[in-house]
Amino acid sequence: MKTPWRRHRWWLTPTLLILPAAILFSVVILWSAVESLWISLHDWDGFSPMTWIGFGNYVELFNDPQFYVSLRNNVIWLIMFMAAPPLGLAIALLVNQKIRGMRLMKSLFFIPLVLASVAVGVVFTWVYTPQLGLLALIFGFFGATAPAVLSDERFVTFAIVIAALWPQIAFCMVLYLAGLNNLSEELIGAGRVDGARGWNMLRHIVLPQLTQVTFIAIAVTVVGALRSFDMVSVMTQGGPFGSSEVLAYQMFEQSIFSYRFGYGAAIASVLFVIMAVFIVWYLTRIIRIEERGA
Amino acid sequence: MYPRPIPEDAIWQRRFYFIAVLAILILWLCPLFAVILTSFRSTQDVMGGNLWGWPTQFGLVENYTSVFTQTPMARYFLNSLTITIPAVMGVLTLSTLAGFVLARYRFRGNMLVFALFVGGNFLPYQIMMIPVRDLMVRIGLYDTTGALIIFHIAFQTGFATLFMRNFIAALPDELFQAARAEGASPFQTLVHVVIPLVRPALAALAILIFTFVWNDYFWAVVLTVSDTVKPVTAGLANLRGEWVSAWNLISAGTIVVAVPPVVMFFLMQRHFIAGLTMGAVKG
Repeated sequence: MKTPWRRHRWWLTPTLLILPAAILFSVVILWSAVESLWISLHDWDGFSPMTWIGFGNYVELFNDPQFYVSLRNNVIWLIMFMAAPPLGLAIALLVNQKIRGMRLMKSLFFIPLVLASVAVGVVFTWVYTPQLGLLALIFGFFGATAPAVLSDERFVTFAIVIAALWPQIAFCMVLYLAGLNNLSEELIGAGRVDGARGWNMLRHIVLPQLTQVTFIAIAVTVVGALRSFDMVSVMTQGGPFGSSEVLAYQMFEQSIFSYRFGYGAAIASVLFVIMAVFIVWYLTRIIRIEERGA
Repeated sequence: MYPRPIPEDAIWQRRFYFIAVLAILILWLCPLFAVILTSFRSTQDVMGGNLWGWPTQFGLVENYTSVFTQTPMARYFLNSLTITIPAVMGVLTLSTLAGFVLARYRFRGNMLVFALFVGGNFLPYQIMMIPVRDLMVRIGLYDTTGALIIFHIAFQTGFATLFMRNFIAALPDELFQAARAEGASPFQTLVHVVIPLVRPALAALAILIFTFVWNDYFWAVVLTVSDTVKPVTAGLANLRGEWVSAWNLISAGTIVVAVPPVVMFFLMQRHFIAGLTMGAVKG
C-alpha cells in the first residue's frame, strides 16, 4: 500500500522545494510593490489609520515643482549613464592585449565596481571639495579656481552622475571583456582577409557579435540610473535646495523625514511606471530568447 | 577600433602600450589613491591644509586605530558581518532549491514564476520601501539585524534563482535520466547530482551576493536607526556627519568599508567575473 506521501511525491517534492523562495519573494518583494500602489491612494503618516483620498496624492504631486526637478534629474541620470556602455567597451578593448602584467591591470580596473556606493560617494565628495580636493588641484594647476560643484545648483547633478559613472563603466567593462573572450576567431580572421581593420572591423565584425552583451549592458545601466539614491544621499542629501534630488530620494525624504507615506508611495508609483515600461521590454526579449532556445 | 594583437616580437611597441595603459589606470584610480593617501596623513597635516604635499608626519597607525577605538566602526563592522553571512547562506539555499525546480520540472506557470522572479528583481527597490518598513515594524524586527537579513534574502533570491535556474538547466539531461533510472527521488537527485555539479555557480553567487549585501546602503538607512545594528555603509555616512573635516579619519573609515569586498574580489576573481557575466541582469 502506498502512503499518500509516496503517491503524491512527484509533485509534492518540487512544490515544497520552491515554496520557501516563492513565499518569501512574493510576500516581501512582489506584495510590497503592489501594496505601495495601494498606499499611494491614501493619506498616511505611518502610524494613524490610513485615509482614502483617491488620486489626491498624484494631483498634488503633479503640481509640485520639486517633482519636476527630480524627474528632470532622473532624465539627466539616464542620459549621462548611457555613456557607460561605450566607455566600458573602450577600456575593455584597451586592456584586451596579451601582454605580461595586463591581467593584473585588468583586475585593478575593476576595483570601482566592488566599492560600496557610499565609499564612492565619500571618495568623490573629497575629489570635489573646494580648495582642497583633487578637482581644485587640477584647476589650480591651470591657474583657475574650481567651482564648488556640489553646492552649485547648475553642476551638482552632473557632478554626482560623473561619480556614479565610475563603477558603472567598470561594470560594463567586465561584461564586454567577457564578450570579447567569446568572439569567433574565424570571423575576425575572415574580416582581416577582406581587409577590414580598425573602425570597420569594430563596426561590422566585432560589434554584431556583442549584441547580446550590449543589450545586457544597457539594461543594467538603465536600472542603475533609475535606482540612483545612495550617491545623492551621501554626497548632497538632495541639496542645495533640492536641486540634486531624484525621484527615489524625494520619496525617501517625504516618507522618512516628513512622515508623508502616502505621498512618498505616489512618487514610488511614478518611478514604478517608468520602470515598468522597461521591465516589460526586457522580459519579452528574455522570454523570446528562452523560447527560441527551448 | 578593434585593435589587432600586438605581435610578440614588437618589444618596444609592447612596452609603450603597457606604459600607456598603466598611465590610464593611474588616472582611473586617482580618486582612490587620493583617499588612501589621505588616510595615511596625520591630523596636523590635514588641519594645516597639507593634503597633497609630502606628509610632515605619518598618521597611518593612529588613523586606523582611532577609527576603531574612537568611533563605533568596530561595532558597525561586526554588524555587517552578522547581516551579510546569514543572508548569503539563506540566498544560496533558497535559490538552489527554487532554481532546481524551475530548471527541471515542466509545469503550468513555470515561465510565469520565472518571469516574476526576474521582473521583481528589476523593480527599483525603493518602491518597496514603505511596505517593507511597515512590515518589519509590525513583526517587531524593525531596527534589528533580522530585518536586513530577511529583506536581503528575499530580494536577492529573485536574482539568484534566475542564476541557479540557468545553470542547472544547462546540465546534461542524461544525468537526470540516469538518476531517475536508478530510482533516485527528486530530493536525492538534488543532493547527489545537482549540488556537487553547481559548486562553481554557488561560489560565484556567494561572492556576488556578499558584495551586494555588504555594499547596501539604502536598506541600512531605511530599516535601522541604532548604532548597535547599523552596518558599515550607514555607519560611514554617520561618521561623515560627525567628523566633518577630519578627512584622514573619514578616509581611513572609507578604506575599512571598502576592503572586504575588494579582498573577496581578488581572492575569488574568476568566480566573481563568471558570476557577473553569467547572471548580469543585476543593477
